[in-house]
Amino acid sequence: MNKLIVSPSPHAHGRESTQSIMRDVLIALTPAMLVSILASGWSVLALICVSVVACVLLEFLIQKYWLKVPVTVTDLSAAVTGCLLALNLPPNAPWWIALIGAIVAIGVAKMTFGGLGQNIFNPALVGRVFLLVSFPVIMTSWDDGGSMFGLVDAFSGATPLGAVKEGLKNGMTLSQITADDLTFSQQFFFNAGGSAGELSAIALILGFIYLLCRRVIKATIPVTILCTVFVVSGIFWLANPEKFTNPVFNIFSGGLLLGAIFMATDYVTSPMTTKGQIIFGIGIGLITVFVRYFGSYPEGVSFAILIMNCAVPLLNKYCKPRRFGEVKK
Amino acid sequence: MKKTFRIGGVHPHDNKISAEAAIEIFPAIETAYVSMAQHLGAPATPIVAVGDKVKVGQVIAEPAGFISGYVHSPVSGTVKSVAPRADIAGNLVPHVEITVEGDEWMEGIDTSDTLVKEIPYTPEEIIEKVKRAGVVGLGGASFPTHVKLAPPKDKKAECLILNGTECEPYLTSDDRIMRERPQEILIGGAIMMKALGVTRGYVGIEENKPAAIASMTEAAKAFPQIEVITLKKRYPQGGEKQLIDAVIRRQVPSGGLPIETGAVVQNVGTSLAVYEAVQKNKPLIDNVITVTGSCLPVQHNYKVRIGTPMSKILEVAGGLPEKAAKVISGGPMMGRAIANLDAATVKANGAILVLTEEETRRRPESACIRCSKCASACPMGLEPWLLNKLSRAGGRHEELEKERVFDCIECGCCSFTCPAGIPLLDLIRISKAEVMKIMRSRPKK
Repeated sequence: MNKLIVSPSPHAHGRESTQSIMRDVLIALTPAMLVSILASGWSVLALICVSVVACVLLEFLIQKYWLKVPVTVTDLSAAVTGCLLALNLPPNAPWWIALIGAIVAIGVAKMTFGGLGQNIFNPALVGRVFLLVSFPVIMTSWDDGGSMFGLVDAFSGATPLGAVKEGLKNGMTLSQITADDLTFSQQFFFNAGGSAGELSAIALILGFIYLLCRRVIKATIPVTILCTVFVVSGIFWLANPEKFTNPVFNIFSGGLLLGAIFMATDYVTSPMTTKGQIIFGIGIGLITVFVRYFGSYPEGVSFAILIMNCAVPLLNKYCKPRRFGEVKK
Repeated sequence: MKKTFRIGGVHPHDNKISAEAAIEIFPAIETAYVSMAQHLGAPATPIVAVGDKVKVGQVIAEPAGFISGYVHSPVSGTVKSVAPRADIAGNLVPHVEITVEGDEWMEGIDTSDTLVKEIPYTPEEIIEKVKRAGVVGLGGASFPTHVKLAPPKDKKAECLILNGTECEPYLTSDDRIMRERPQEILIGGAIMMKALGVTRGYVGIEENKPAAIASMTEAAKAFPQIEVITLKKRYPQGGEKQLIDAVIRRQVPSGGLPIETGAVVQNVGTSLAVYEAVQKNKPLIDNVITVTGSCLPVQHNYKVRIGTPMSKILEVAGGLPEKAAKVISGGPMMGRAIANLDAATVKANGAILVLTEEETRRRPESACIRCSKCASACPMGLEPWLLNKLSRAGGRHEELEKERVFDCIECGCCSFTCPAGIPLLDLIRISKAEVMKIMRSRPKK
């Protein structure tokens, strides 16, 4: 005689799990990680390893010995945070920078709020911004000490965005600044200066396409951010091309692609509905452009995302999905 | 582009493994247990007593209210008892138990295969015949069909939609009848259109049933008013509201009746029952039941007399395999797990699905990662994650009501899609019950 299970419907379940989603994000990040390692050498690999191991271990220790709750590191969310954090660091940053970043990201930004699903701010970004304000010199200098396999010439100095900001401050015009600097095609494949993950647009876009194909994320947030940045910086650029950088430069420089594709789309810290996601994306785009043009920091994506993270509960409350039966005729 | 509904939906694997099994007549049974609660509404009142001789198709119970229905004897024999008996959930429901003797049908029932095309009846006569034959919606809700065919005076029906979507995985009984008896289904549709006074009819069939689409399209050539529409495969397209949206692009307002869109939806099985009731005088005494599951050696579509114990059907189908962990009446998305296999079939039973432990295992629950996949999947445009949160917080009934917890059609898309394995629908059901209790206790305006 069979012993039968009786439970309410549905009796079937989709294949997706938290772990499979996080695994997909890790896969999507792989091209960007590979490009950084190829471009900047073993130091990036070391940073990624330290960051990932520290994030996972920390979450494990906090859950097991401090909070005494079931350990959930196998959901891979801490590993994703670790990767993102590493990609947000300068390739030549010392290993302990990654460790401090991991402690802030997991310990403060994630576990303090109650762990996965509860945090208001993107943990990796909190880690990055903490490091940025605490160790500004390390976090903004880009001496990569020669690349691996000779793929890119050794590059030392500020990021393109930093160079622009510095030049403008010194009263130079944009055409003077960019005369001997980066061309667009270089940025697209190897953006010589920038955080580990900011190096290659094409690698990030590959990851984006993978995430879209696997239906892990929808295109709404990244596309809204990029469109906003493009349009708003385009208006400024048209008004004064000597003072404001052009929109294409803005799209492909700095951490915009990394932030738009991988950080702003973090489920936990982004809005639930399409309407909310569009407002969220526009907000991030606007803040990014304004920080870049008028702020004291050269780059504003991290700040933009963190600021808009605060608005998420409100956006969730006021932006409701289209209900059945409410369609306009 | 193929049509489909506009909000939400999921794509479960369709597993239509019994689709090629032609309908077989289920062998005669020894005892039939006929439930008095085979329709939505008040259980019927038995009018037979122990020892009475009954024939196939004889009325054994009468409706006990406006929303109720006639029940007929599915077999011929002697009434052995009129007593409560456990249904599939184990709840006691009045049943008439009949010991089968031979197979003697009531006079006037046409049991031949001859197709009767002419519809010489008035709308009133049709509705009366459908009511007398005890026809109920066979799509699952078992709403008395005659009530649906007579919409309230202030509402005007504009079209009839026959539901051949069969969007639940595994189920193939509608597929089979559409392949094997398309003419009868379409005549049934024409009869209902006449009763409703409408001139436009549609049959919605999902694209994963090409043979049914071909056979219905071919047969529909003789019915210029009825159009066969191929729909994209997407669950829960067979939901009444979703089907109306898919076919005529109108959405039933929250809390409103489907008739407000001008559409009346009937299942293709119901249409076949209407044909038999009106043209053949045959009451609803049998239906096609899919017996399926990956662990069953043979898949079946049986034509079974109502009142046959499920255990008997499984036994004839080859017995319950060792691996079977859950037996479901209906499909895996909305079907009910059977607690009592000795329960007898009722009119709206469409399938017996046997799943293994692996196929039906619930995931351990983990934290909500706010992916909003449940909200994207909800065909009613609700936010299951929010309803879940409010439900667990306790006492948030007004917010639950405001978030339209009653719009939930319990399709299960949210639970199906949740990567964290949160039993969202379970919690929503609990909330619905609680909020309903509170609403009922409110003073009436």
